[in-house]
Amino acid sequence: MTDISKPITGGRMLFSDEMIQVFYRLLAAFLICAALTILTNSFFSLGNILNVLRQASLLFFIASGLTLVVLTGGLDLSIGANVAISACIAGTVIHQTGSPTLGVLTGIGVGGAVGMLNGVMVTALRIPSFIATYGMLWVLHGITYWYMGGETMHGFPAGFRQIGSGYFLGLPIPVYLLLVFLAIGTIFAQRTTWGQEIYAIGANPVAARLSGIPVARRLLLVYTVSGAMAGLASIIFLARLNSAEADIGESLTLPAIAAVLIGGTSLFGGLGTVFGTFVGALILTLVLNGMNLLSVNASWQPLVTGVIVILAVWLDMKTRRRAA
Amino acid sequence: MREQAMVLNTNPLQRIPGVAVMLVLLCVVFSLMTPGFLTVPNISNVLVQSTILLMLALPMTLIIMTEGLDLSMGAVLTLTSLIVAIVALATGSLLLGLLAAMAVGILFGTVNGWLVAVVGIPPFVATLGTLGMAQGLSLIVSDGQSVVGMPAAVRGVYSGTLGGVPLPIVLGLGSYLAFHGLLYHTRFGTYIFALGGNREALKFAGISARRLLILVYALGGAMVGLAGLLMTARMNSGHPTAGLGLEFDAIAAVAVGGTSFERGNGWLLGTLLGVVTVGVLRNGLNLLALPSSIQVASVGLLVIAALFVDGLRSRS
Repeated sequence: MTDISKPITGGRMLFSDEMIQVFYRLLAAFLICAALTILTNSFFSLGNILNVLRQASLLFFIASGLTLVVLTGGLDLSIGANVAISACIAGTVIHQTGSPTLGVLTGIGVGGAVGMLNGVMVTALRIPSFIATYGMLWVLHGITYWYMGGETMHGFPAGFRQIGSGYFLGLPIPVYLLLVFLAIGTIFAQRTTWGQEIYAIGANPVAARLSGIPVARRLLLVYTVSGAMAGLASIIFLARLNSAEADIGESLTLPAIAAVLIGGTSLFGGLGTVFGTFVGALILTLVLNGMNLLSVNASWQPLVTGVIVILAVWLDMKTRRRAA
Repeated sequence: MREQAMVLNTNPLQRIPGVAVMLVLLCVVFSLMTPGFLTVPNISNVLVQSTILLMLALPMTLIIMTEGLDLSMGAVLTLTSLIVAIVALATGSLLLGLLAAMAVGILFGTVNGWLVAVVGIPPFVATLGTLGMAQGLSLIVSDGQSVVGMPAAVRGVYSGTLGGVPLPIVLGLGSYLAFHGLLYHTRFGTYIFALGGNREALKFAGISARRLLILVYALGGAMVGLAGLLMTARMNSGHPTAGLGLEFDAIAAVAVGGTSFERGNGWLLGTLLGVVTVGVLRNGLNLLALPSSIQVASVGLLVIAALFVDGLRSRS
């Protein structure tokens, strides 16, 4: 793996630093699984494991696009609100036209358009990403609540619902989608020029600009992809819940950021992998699932997620000796 | 860039137009569109309602001046408001409630400051993490229910008057004057300017930037505790989502008021005007019978517009 963002530290090693980082996290996931198997009776059952995989894939869709944004050294706080607005508009389209295909395209399109607006604010208007996307969060939040007017949309075609709740060869359909997007994301980030340019921008934006990388265009792409992935996630939520409400994505932003950071992507940009984010999503889902099985009150979930976010950043800063 | 910041600091008159023009414009538009806007009771209402926001926006100005941010304020406000309610209910003492709320606020502020200054986590992520913690704690201490049945004294804090002036306005003005004095007339204030604009100078002056940063965030926490009392008094109860999103209004007020996110120069009077601008915007849209969701979206647009203008200014 050629990672141009990494400082040269000597001879070529058998395993890259990135791979070792991911290995530690996989180990952590296995340890959590082992602990939960011992502590609870219900964890190690096919039903529950498939459930964990499905939950983790939902989280991964949002978090994978976000990973690219974080790799460039930015942040997208609007993803949760983006899921909500995409789901509600896609839901309307499906109800009005009866066409799931049109609904899917609308969801991804709305998400992508919102992401592109974020990208314009960050590149053309030069607003810091965390505050631009935070403003966007509240704009979307307001529009969605106004649009829905407190209503809930129910009842989508059975074929459409398969996307979220169906099975194929014993595995939930979202898990297949997860594998597809994991492959696309990994190949894009590691094996394409654009992907490597994204790492370069995160590692050193000035050097990236000076070496002729079209920084603004790549950033625009990254924010658009993040939005489109939120749009895709909204479709799967819609299909899974079989209903759409204005508050559908509200509690998703923090877990998505947590998944990215647990997965080893550095907040300071330039370091991390899409696969790491998958492992991060898996770890967070396992922890929340375990709390659920141990009958811990759901009120504890935001608290635990908050602690995990901070611990993950702290660990990242401790384990990676990187000049600030 | 730093030289420019200094020029702007020494001559705040250059900045008055932005936020003041916006405020006057909003007032004119709303007076023309609704007859109920420009009346003494309504204006007094806007000011009273703005006091909680002012108590968040004042410390938020200092935090943003240090190139920081506190996203946890709304969630911590919810928590402190619940604590006021729970303690007042259990002991019957408002003062104990306030003290407990301020202690929790200061604890959260100190943790934020420690994470930012000592651990070195970027402020927006550190405070996003503590946002989750405060949100979780609010749900845990309240069990997801409203805390009702407050002693009569609680309501009095919001509806009472002092010499004919509503008590919240007295508290808000007092807070503003205290922050003004602190920022412009003490060494602490000078250090805060240095923290944002010129950290090197602080080092050479032998001042610990870390301790200073922790103090700034802790001060924010104390103000959130005080605002928690007002919040509980306003609703005459504690509610597990009371402060949801209020940190955004505070950030909006600071941004509209002309404090820059990137250059460490702040303007407290601008924040005051920004708070009133956000209050007027929400009140006017409310009088026009537009739903609160539209108000939220408008405040979002206001922030993006203000940051865009700030970006233009920093480039010119």
